[in-house]
Amino acid sequence: MESEVFQKVLEKNKNRRPILKNSLKAFLFGGIVCLLGEVIRMILMKVFKVDSRVANTIMLFVFIFLSSIFTGLGIYDKLGQVAGAGAFIPITGFANSLTSSAIESKTEGIIQGTLTNMFKLAGAIIAIGAISSIFIGSIIYMVRCFYA
Amino acid sequence: MRRVGENSIEYNNVYLLESSTISGPREKNAQLGKFIDKSYNELSCSEKTWEKAEIKLQNEAFLLALEKANLKSEDIGLILSGDLNNQIIASSYMARKFNIPHIGLYGACSTAVLSIIVGANYIESNIFNNVACLTSSHYATSERQFRFPTEYGGQKPSSTTTTVTGSGCSLLSTKKSNIKVTRATIGKVVDPNYKDVQDLGRAMAPAAAMTLRQHFEDFNVDASEYDLILTGDLSECGSIVFKDILKEWGIEFYNYNDCGLMIYDRKVQEVFSGGSGCGCCSLILNGYIKEMLSTKKLNKVLIIATGALMNPLLAQQKESIPGIAHAIVLESVME
Repeated sequence: MESEVFQKVLEKNKNRRPILKNSLKAFLFGGIVCLLGEVIRMILMKVFKVDSRVANTIMLFVFIFLSSIFTGLGIYDKLGQVAGAGAFIPITGFANSLTSSAIESKTEGIIQGTLTNMFKLAGAIIAIGAISSIFIGSIIYMVRCFYA
Repeated sequence: MRRVGENSIEYNNVYLLESSTISGPREKNAQLGKFIDKSYNELSCSEKTWEKAEIKLQNEAFLLALEKANLKSEDIGLILSGDLNNQIIASSYMARKFNIPHIGLYGACSTAVLSIIVGANYIESNIFNNVACLTSSHYATSERQFRFPTEYGGQKPSSTTTTVTGSGCSLLSTKKSNIKVTRATIGKVVDPNYKDVQDLGRAMAPAAAMTLRQHFEDFNVDASEYDLILTGDLSECGSIVFKDILKEWGIEFYNYNDCGLMIYDRKVQEVFSGGSGCGCCSLILNGYIKEMLSTKKLNKVLIIATGALMNPLLAQQKESIPGIAHAIVLESVME
C-alpha cells in the first residue's frame, strides 16, 4: 500500500531539531537577560537607594518596555529565532507576544483589532498565571494556618 | 480535448498567450529576480493593510498581462483566480474592479496550476477565447492566516517555509503563441497522516509523488519525456521525501527541481527550507519557465503544483494535513 511507503519515507526523513545547540543558545541568551536584570536591580538599589521590591518591579518594567520597543522595530523576532526559549521564557517573551499581536491587528481598528487580539497569544500565559497563583496561594495559606 | 488514462487530459488548442509576474522585494533580490516583471521595494506595496497589498499585486499582475498581450479587459472571457486568504478575498476583491465573469478557486499552493487546468478546459472547448488565470500570495497575510504575528519572536524550525510575496497571471488563449498547454493531470487528495504544520513540504510530498506516478501511467511516459520536472513548493525537506517515495516505486530521475528552492537565494536569504505559497509556483511558471520555453532553452516542462490543504483550526484539533498536487505540461512550439 502507498500509505506504508509514505510512513516509511516520512519517518526516515523526520525533522531533527538541533536540541543541544538550541538549548545552549537559549541558556546563554536567557542567562544574559537575567544578568542584565540583576545589574539593573543592583544599580537601582545601590545608586538610587530604591527598596528591593520596588527595584524588582522597575527592572521588569524596563524589560517589558525594551522588549516591546524591539518588537515594534522588527528586531525581536530575529532575536527570538536565534535565542529560542531564551527569548521566550523571560518576561521579554511575554511582552513580545502582546506587542506583536497588537501590532498585527492594528489594521482592524482599536477595539476590534488591537484590544481584542492583544491577548491572542498571551491569553494562555495570563490564564495559567491566574490559575497557578490561586493554587499556590491556597497551599501557602493552608501551610501558614498549620504552622503559624 | 480527450481524457487520457484515469485522470489526465490532453489538449490540442490551448496556448499560453502571455504572462506577467509581480513580486515583493525578497523575490526580486534572489537569483531568478530578473525574470520578474515588476517588484515592490516594500512588503506593504504602498498600501495601508497587508490584504490590500495582496489585492494590489493580483490586480497589477492582471493589468500587466493584458498590456503585454496588447488586449483590453473586454477581450477576456473569464478570470480564474485564487489565493491563500480566508474566502479567497484577494481574488474576489481584485475581480470586483472588472466587468468580467469570475470563478474563485482554492487549491492552496496548487492553485497556479489548478487555474490553468480549469482555464484550459474553457479554451479547448471554445467557450472563451481568452482566459486569465491568476494567483497570489503575500508573506504577511499568510503568516497571520496560518502562523503567528509577523513580529512574534518564536523560533521557527529549519523545515518551515517562507511564503512568497507575489502574483502571477497566465493568459490562456485560442490564439497561437510560442507556448502550448498540452497535458494535465488532476490530482487526488492524499493524506499521509502527517501533522507537523511547520513542515508542509513533507506533508505535500506524497500527493506530488502520486500525481507524478499517475501522470506517467496515464500517458505511458517516463521522466525522459520532459526537459524539466518541476514541483510547486515542496522546498528542501519536501523534495527529498518526494524523490525518496518515487525511488521506492522504482522511479528515478535527475531533471528535477522545485520552485520553492529556485525562488530564493537560500545561501544568503533567511528563508529556512525554501519558498511556498500560491505565488511561488506562479512566479517561477510565469517568469522563468515561460522565458525558457519562449527562448527554446527548454522544450517540454512538467509542472506539478502542490498544495497543503491545511486549516489552522483543524490542525489544532489534531487532524492531519491532506495534500493535493495538479500537473500540467507546457511545450515550446516555436519553429
